[in-house]
Amino acid sequence: MRKPFPTHIVVFLLPATLVYTVFMIFPLLSSLWLSLNTKTEAGEMFVGLANYVRLLTAPEFSQPFWNALKNNVVFFVIHMLLQNPIGLLIAVLLTRGLMGSSIYRAIIFMPTILSVVIVGFAWKLILNPAWGIAPTIMKNLGLEQYYQPWLGLESTSLTTLAFISVWQNIGIPMMLFIAALSRIPEELYEAARVDGASRWTVFWKIQLPLILPTVGIVGILTFVGNFNAFDLIYATQGALAGPNFSSDILGTFFYRTFFGNQLQPGDPYMGATVAGAMLVVILIGIVLYLWGWQRRIQNLQF
Amino acid sequence: MSGAKMETTATQSRRAKGNFIESKLPRLGGHIFLILYCLISLFPIVMMVLNSFKGQMAIFSEPFALPNSETLSLDGYKSLFQGANFGGYAINSLTVTVTSLGLILLMGSMAAFALSEYTFKLNTFMGLYLSLGIMVPIRLGTVGILNLVVDMGLINTLWALILVYTAQGLPLAIFILSAFMKGLPKYLKEAARIDGASEYRIFGMTFPLLRPAIGSVLAISMIPIWNDLWFPLILAPGEKTKTIVLGASVFLGQYVNDYTAVLAALTLAILPAIVLYLFFSRQLIKGLTDGALK
Repeated sequence: MRKPFPTHIVVFLLPATLVYTVFMIFPLLSSLWLSLNTKTEAGEMFVGLANYVRLLTAPEFSQPFWNALKNNVVFFVIHMLLQNPIGLLIAVLLTRGLMGSSIYRAIIFMPTILSVVIVGFAWKLILNPAWGIAPTIMKNLGLEQYYQPWLGLESTSLTTLAFISVWQNIGIPMMLFIAALSRIPEELYEAARVDGASRWTVFWKIQLPLILPTVGIVGILTFVGNFNAFDLIYATQGALAGPNFSSDILGTFFYRTFFGNQLQPGDPYMGATVAGAMLVVILIGIVLYLWGWQRRIQNLQF
Repeated sequence: MSGAKMETTATQSRRAKGNFIESKLPRLGGHIFLILYCLISLFPIVMMVLNSFKGQMAIFSEPFALPNSETLSLDGYKSLFQGANFGGYAINSLTVTVTSLGLILLMGSMAAFALSEYTFKLNTFMGLYLSLGIMVPIRLGTVGILNLVVDMGLINTLWALILVYTAQGLPLAIFILSAFMKGLPKYLKEAARIDGASEYRIFGMTFPLLRPAIGSVLAISMIPIWNDLWFPLILAPGEKTKTIVLGASVFLGQYVNDYTAVLAALTLAILPAIVLYLFFSRQLIKGLTDGALK
């Protein structure tokens, strides 16, 4: 006997699949397709990888592209060195049963829920020499001579923006690490106690190895988030990611290429090409994570 | 810390969860570090709110002081309400966020139900297809999205944003919800099937059981939608469709040097998020800790 056609499965799946396909998968594919075309007088023409070659070789594209990519790597490395270790440290402290842990947790998470635009602008005001909250604080600490308009200098603007981003986003790794740490069974701590292990030993031999999968997830989330970042730089430094492109990352470069700005007209084909290049960078990161990190963890566990 | 000292204090702390090595000194150190970090977290927010209630002169001369009878001034808020339509922007943000979250929940739970409840040929494929979007940022499809939205005549409408955010939120929502649904007891559904309930009824029946997972999905999806700048900037920059984040960023760009107005705008834009957070922080935190790791 033949089963009746499972209409209900289709009905359940259809709305989500439709919206997701039309507004996510199709635009991604059509962007990739556009990146393989260019506009001529006769209309759209397929040019294969020519746009990508142009992105990597033509001086007006390759120079800002490599600059943005390099800046993006620096931006990411600062997050990996500061945001995630500090997030982990806070998470370890907060899962030790200190009094008021939930209040600390709520306060430290608060910047994360605020819009990047607003946070960026607030920091811009605090750090600028005209209002001078930062100079005043440094004066009170006796560090006056070290104050500089960090967001306005080519040498420091990218690092300063990365610090602001770390300040804002630290709540995310903190939460994920708290979730992972609170799942470690109590017996392991008991056993460590019997053996007379110190805090450090417990951290290195029990806590860290057991939350390694979370460390990996946090790393890849940071990677995807950073290589896709835009709002903070745009809100504080504008589309030109100044001063002199020193804070330009792939997101702002993509925006400028697509929409144009004071310096150049917008170009949807090259914009799609930049997005394609960003997709490649992100996919490389994901593949390295899946093959490198996850496999190593599996070897470690079994 | 020495091992001997540790053992003497160990027994007292057996009750404390996950914690056995306690002595007062490291505890104090932990508190000091956390308090310092909380100060760093709160400092910019407090500075904004505090100074938004002061006159221009006092902002510069006494940035750290509380507003008093001499320095208290609402000029910033006045020029804010003359210069921008923040009420309208807030309603736009609210409409977009609430509608997107509603669609994400409804469509997401339907799809998750199909994926977790039935075995059919394309089950694994559909699961993989729908979860592609967890890792690939939708922003990279912007060129295609803009063309599509223009072709559909949805440019400068809130629907453009709602549909894009729904598409963006669905993958993770389906992932979380189907993991949760697989853990629900089967006997209720089986009993209902024997009684002749339709599959749609059975889905409706499971909906109330999803409450904890729904909390996670809402918490995780809400922040990026409410705070997004990219898509409002590109798809709906018109005066009538501006969200509060875009409205604030345009306003801040125009009034850069009017500090009272800028600080008032920042405060006004921060406050709804903080109020929401204070109300929902427990669910939000629970949602993030439960839902994010499955």
